Amino acid sequence: MIIAVASGKGGTGKTLVATSLALSLKDSRKVRLLDCDVEEPNAHIFLRPVITGKEAVCIQVPKVDEKKCTYCGKCAEVCAYNALAVLPDRVLVFPELCHGCGACSYLCPEEAISEQGRETGVVEWGNADGIEFVQGRLTVGEAMAPPVIRRVKEQADGNGVVIIDIPPGTSCPVVEAVKDSDFCLLVTEPTPFGLNDLVLAVETIRQLGIPCGVVLNRAGVGDNKVEEYCRKENIPIMLTIPLDTEIARLYSKGITLAEGMPQWRESFGQLFDSIKETVDERNRSLKR
Amino acid sequence: MREIVVLSGKGGTGKTSIVGSLAALAKDKVLADCDVDAADLHLLLKPSLKEKTEFWSGQTAVIDEEKCTRCGLCQELCRFDAIKDYTVDPVACEGCGFCFHICPVDAIAMEENLSGHWFIADTKYGPLVHARLGIAQENSGKLVAQVRQKARQIAQERNLDYILSDGPLGIGCPVISSLSGANAALLVTEPTLSGIHDLERVLGVCRHFGVTAEVCINKYDLNEENTRRIEGYCADQGISVAARIPFDNAVTEAMVRGKPVVEYASGRVSQEIEKLWDGISGIRS
Repeated sequence: MIIAVASGKGGTGKTLVATSLALSLKDSRKVRLLDCDVEEPNAHIFLRPVITGKEAVCIQVPKVDEKKCTYCGKCAEVCAYNALAVLPDRVLVFPELCHGCGACSYLCPEEAISEQGRETGVVEWGNADGIEFVQGRLTVGEAMAPPVIRRVKEQADGNGVVIIDIPPGTSCPVVEAVKDSDFCLLVTEPTPFGLNDLVLAVETIRQLGIPCGVVLNRAGVGDNKVEEYCRKENIPIMLTIPLDTEIARLYSKGITLAEGMPQWRESFGQLFDSIKETVDERNRSLKR
Repeated sequence: MREIVVLSGKGGTGKTSIVGSLAALAKDKVLADCDVDAADLHLLLKPSLKEKTEFWSGQTAVIDEEKCTRCGLCQELCRFDAIKDYTVDPVACEGCGFCFHICPVDAIAMEENLSGHWFIADTKYGPLVHARLGIAQENSGKLVAQVRQKARQIAQERNLDYILSDGPLGIGCPVISSLSGANAALLVTEPTLSGIHDLERVLGVCRHFGVTAEVCINKYDLNEENTRRIEGYCADQGISVAARIPFDNAVTEAMVRGKPVVEYASGRVSQEIEKLWDGISGIRS
């Protein structure tokens, strides 16, 4: 089962929930945590994994053989990203604009274009006290997170529970990370910003057809409009974490709820049970 | 004219609350909300809409079922796994057009995407340019570029001193788009290990694009040991710490009332943000 932990707004406690959930389940199940927040991956701070392997993520960018090139301009014509420009006696390649679709090399009539890998990030894996850990890191200065996310997502198979830490927001990196999940937990806080961004996140997750539930963090701050919204939209609030300076203090030091306040393990266990119930029920009704 | 972009890498550090207050303090500026993905600044600034424009960007492949001979070449060549059972998944499609070019029976068309909207609004603090990326859309970087271009145009037309922009989270495409060519970046962080980790990465992006940065430590008293670590790190990097803002529930209370905190409370948070603006309004490019 794949559980995505997302949030429209950043800094609502998404990583804290994902890592605490993983730690609360690891003694009874096989758990794998994928950190798909490749721009700012933080799960490693909380899980402190031993990294045992690493692989570069590369985009295949064009390399033009000027001996074969006739400067016909076909490659620049088919490139949707303006990553190639053909001058009368030269071809300019702008690798940072290339999405690696392969159209230029395939369509070159002279077979003058080969491809070479350009590293834009890494995928790392290891073990964190029994949790299988995988994370992606986008290289600083690189723009495109989705190819790195796709590579991390390739590890979302097998048995057991896969928990994915999703980047904040609602745009393409979020969609890439969330799609194909069985359930999406949306972590938010009861403030106007929290509500505004939750509404956007719900629209995104619904468009993908994935069932979702809310974790309300820092309950007690702000107002009760998030609860009103969830009631109206029929979205279950599956866990409430109070505003608590002790939790904030632990968080600041990179300590999860499961570790720093072990009484929370039971709540996260129950959270998992209700997610499982929803997913099983949905699978049964899809089969019917 | 000086363009100052406020970034944080990590979410929830108080970036937008601080931008809202700087908006109330700064004179003669245009505001740009470059967080086109989950914009919140409008909740503090209460804009009245003047202009709404559609943002068309990128394309999606569409297969004509009647023409398609099910040869499968497009499925085989698509590197984004966007074609299954001779149908394009619009979410996975990157709009590269490879399939369109290679289809032997011309059964594939490329259709323009309505990727979002951008807006020009008036606020009591000055003009605001903001945007809304469509749900699950790509090209956030291009929409950010559009917001900045419009903000710059307004600043020039009205001879304004500042463009103050609320930047996106992370370090990827929209952040790079909000940052390149700006005069200065203000990096809002918090004294947590995640905050420090993310600050280092977003500072790396500023360096990569040659933009001068200063740091603001928000909620500094939540963990003073970590605050000292950030100060030590900034000193090593030759970056100045422009402000240390204490934690105060007044920030959330102000947000609930839809006001910048400097207009809601007069305590230390507001005093520190005033000092912050005095400091950064002179950051040299």
